This record gives sequence, C-alpha cells and structure tokens, in this order.
Amino acid sequence: MNVPADLRYAKTHEWIRIDGDIVTVGITDHAQQELTDIVYVEPPKIGAGVKAATTAAVVESVKAASDIYSPMSGIVSEVNEDLASNPALLNTDPFDRGWIYKLKPSDLSEVEDLLTPEAYSAQIS
Amino acid sequence: MSETVLLKHSPLEAAHLASGARLVEFGGWFMPVQYSGIMDEHRAVRSAAGMFDISHMGEVTVCGAGALAWLESLLTNRVGKLSLGRGQYTLMLDETGGVIDDLIIYRTGETEYFLVINAACREVDLDWMRSKLPNDDSVTLTDLGNEYAAIALQGPDSERILRDLFPICEIPRRNGIATLSSELHSGGLPHFVARTGYTGEDGFELFVPVEIGEVLWQRLLKAGVKPAGLGARDTLRLEMGYPLNGSDLSRSRTPLEAALGKFVSLDDPEKSDFSGRQALESQRAKGLPSLLTPLKLTVQGPPLRAHYQVLSEGLPVGETCSGALSPSLGEGIAMAYLPLELTAPGTSLEIEVRGRRYPASVSTLPFYRKPPL
Repeated sequence: MNVPADLRYAKTHEWIRIDGDIVTVGITDHAQQELTDIVYVEPPKIGAGVKAATTAAVVESVKAASDIYSPMSGIVSEVNEDLASNPALLNTDPFDRGWIYKLKPSDLSEVEDLLTPEAYSAQIS
Repeated sequence: MSETVLLKHSPLEAAHLASGARLVEFGGWFMPVQYSGIMDEHRAVRSAAGMFDISHMGEVTVCGAGALAWLESLLTNRVGKLSLGRGQYTLMLDETGGVIDDLIIYRTGETEYFLVINAACREVDLDWMRSKLPNDDSVTLTDLGNEYAAIALQGPDSERILRDLFPICEIPRRNGIATLSSELHSGGLPHFVARTGYTGEDGFELFVPVEIGEVLWQRLLKAGVKPAGLGARDTLRLEMGYPLNGSDLSRSRTPLEAALGKFVSLDDPEKSDFSGRQALESQRAKGLPSLLTPLKLTVQGPPLRAHYQVLSEGLPVGETCSGALSPSLGEGIAMAYLPLELTAPGTSLEIEVRGRRYPASVSTLPFYRKPPL
C-alpha cells in the first residue's frame, strides 16, 4: 500500500501536501481501492471557504457516493480540471495527477491534528 | 455474532474468494458485488463473455394434472402458450395487482414447469404459492432453491463457449430450456440450460445440483469467462431497461404502471382469472396513476441513483427508483414512476442530486442498443 513519506493524512483517508502557503488535497491509495472505479468528482468551488473535517467534495464510484472531508480549513484556490474528463485519475494516480483541490490554509497549526505517514500506515493495516 | 454469519452463503463462495471478489449482503445472501471492477466486468459481458453466480435465486417445480390451470390463476400471462422446452418472463401479483415477484417460467415436461424466482423474495413467493394451492393433490409444488447452484453465462461469445465446453449438449433457442448434457455427473436433479438472461446479450442460465456448482464455475473460468458480480449485473440490466423487483417493481405498483402490459394477458380470451386481474382491469379503466419512465441526464453529471427527486418546471413529480452511470453510454440513466402527462419521449425534466438540479429528458428503451455489425 502506497503511503508517501512527504504527505500528511486524515483519519478519513485524505492526504495533504504543503508547498509554502498552498496545500494540495487528495484521497489516498487505500481510499481509491475501497471506492473502486471512480466515475465522477464534484470538487469544491474556487473561492469557497472550507473547514477542517467537513465535506469539501464528493467522489462517486459506480456503486456509491462518498464525501471527501477537508483535512484543513482555508479558501479553495484551485481545482483539478482534469478530473472532469478523467475521474479515473483518482484510481490510477491518487497522490499526483489525481489531486482534487488546493487551498490557502487559514491555520497551519491544524497540521498537528493530522497523521504522519507512519501513523496512517498503522491505521490502514 | 458477526452479521455475515446470519447471511446465506453461495455454494460457489470459495471460488469467489479465490478470484478476489468483494462480497456484500444482497437479499439475505453474501454475494460478490465485483471482482476485477464493475466497468471491466460490464464491458466483458457486452464484448465477450462474463458469468454471474445466481445460486441465490430460487428454483421451484410445479407438476401434476392441475398444474397448468393453477399456474394460469397465479401468473399474469398465458402459461398455456408454452410448448415443451419453452420459457417466458411473467409476474405474480397479489389481489391489489401489486407485484409480488417477476420470474421466468419454463415448461420442462408435459405437466411439469420450472420456475426461477428472485433471491430476495424466495420465502414470500413460496408462502404465497403454498397459500394458493388447491386442496386436492392435482398440483405438486417443490422448492428446490437449496438443491441448485446456478450460473448465468452472458455475452456474444456465450454460445461458442458453451459448445466448446459441452459438445454433446443441445443448445436451446432464445427463451428455450434443455437438459445440460455433459460429463458432469450427480444423482437426482436434472441439469438445465436455459437461453435467457438479464443483460440484453445472448446468454444462458445454467442450473446444476449444488454439489457440482463449483466444478461448472471452474470449467467456465478455465474457458476464459470473466467472473462478474451484482454491480455489473445492475448496470447491464438497467441499460436494457429491465426492471428490478424491490426497486422498480413492488407491491404498491401494478405491472401496467411498470410498463409491463405486454406480459399481462388481459385481452386474451383464453386467459383465465388470475390474482390481481380485477385490480388491473379497474386500473386500466380508470387510467394509470403513473408510468415507469426511462430518463437520461442531458448534461455531463453525477451518476444517477435511486431516490433522487425528479422535477418538472421546478416542482417535484416523482423520484428515481433505479439509476446508474451507464458504462456503455457514459451517460446518467434512471427510471422513475411519473404522471402520464410527463412520459412522452423528449419531455424535459430535472433530476436533483445533492441539492443541485441537472437537466434530464424522457428517453426510450432500451437505453443501450447494440451497434450494428
């Protein structure tokens, strides 16, 4: 199971990558395996405020819709336009080309509430 | 005690686990929802061949001098039209005209019939049938649900695969049933092959005694048939507009409302009275309160599912009872019971998904048509 070392994780199977003041959000390899074929992504709107641990996006597989909880609070600055035509990127490349949205965080200390790669690996094993 | 211990398990479960299946609860059974993935399995059935474990379905034989007359009084279309080795889709209604179950009935003998009923209502169906049996012994009903394993082999390659595996077997025509002649031996029950299915492709449903179900599954697997689960079964049948009992069919709607009037012999002078007949006649005379209608999203949007509200000019007019993102079409498809005035193909409607309304229109069935060769 792929759990990249440079990311932080939410218990609810989202990951974040921090690059200066931009936080990128996606779902983990474990999540995409559980969801199976992803056919639709409803990202947040650019400019929307999101709160940590509340629903920011929805991902739909053939069988069910799943809420994606924002790991951190902030303002959405960008969404991955590729997902509209290629939602399967979440399955094939969840940590890179399958990123869902980016946000400007309002409180960087929220990172401390997230799991390290080791802690997340332990959770999913 | 864990939930799964209370569920019934298929005789083929070991094979499913070995193939990496994900199993879920369905109609009181623990069944595979997918193996390699719903899209992959769906495409395999449309382009080559896939197989579904349908051992959870029920099998019932009805025989005796009074069998035909009794079945005519139980089912909606003319059972008497079935010659030996033929089958047909039919429905069993309660006295209000509501659907207890939809099923396939085959004539397997002079006065012998083989019925295949849905897994989720096996007990309900049997209780109803037993309650309707005559007091004499002109009709014998036998529940063979736990004696049979069953596999649905579906896809354009089905016939070739069956002929290769079972060269001495008589291959039935569409809707026919024959003995599955093979070197697979087991005592007692007849082995059947029926040319029917729930996918819209050519295919066969194979019924063998439970103890050789796994052998048959392994043979098909070795012949290159892809295992397919309930997820693909649902997307395939919905693309054809085939109703699902429990979602599109229920006790609160008649087959006329479900647009299944061609399976109800109200105008056939040789059809006797049957359970629900009076209710249907009176409904037909008064006008149907609703009609099961195929809908399509007219924009790119989320997959459609059951229980999404349908709106006309901003007002709610119904809710979806089935829905999917059609793997073959790449479009959202659904079925909903709607007032008759909104059911003409092309009628503009909206479907609400998570608070957002998406434009949709009334479509025609089947949603998916095989492209000409």
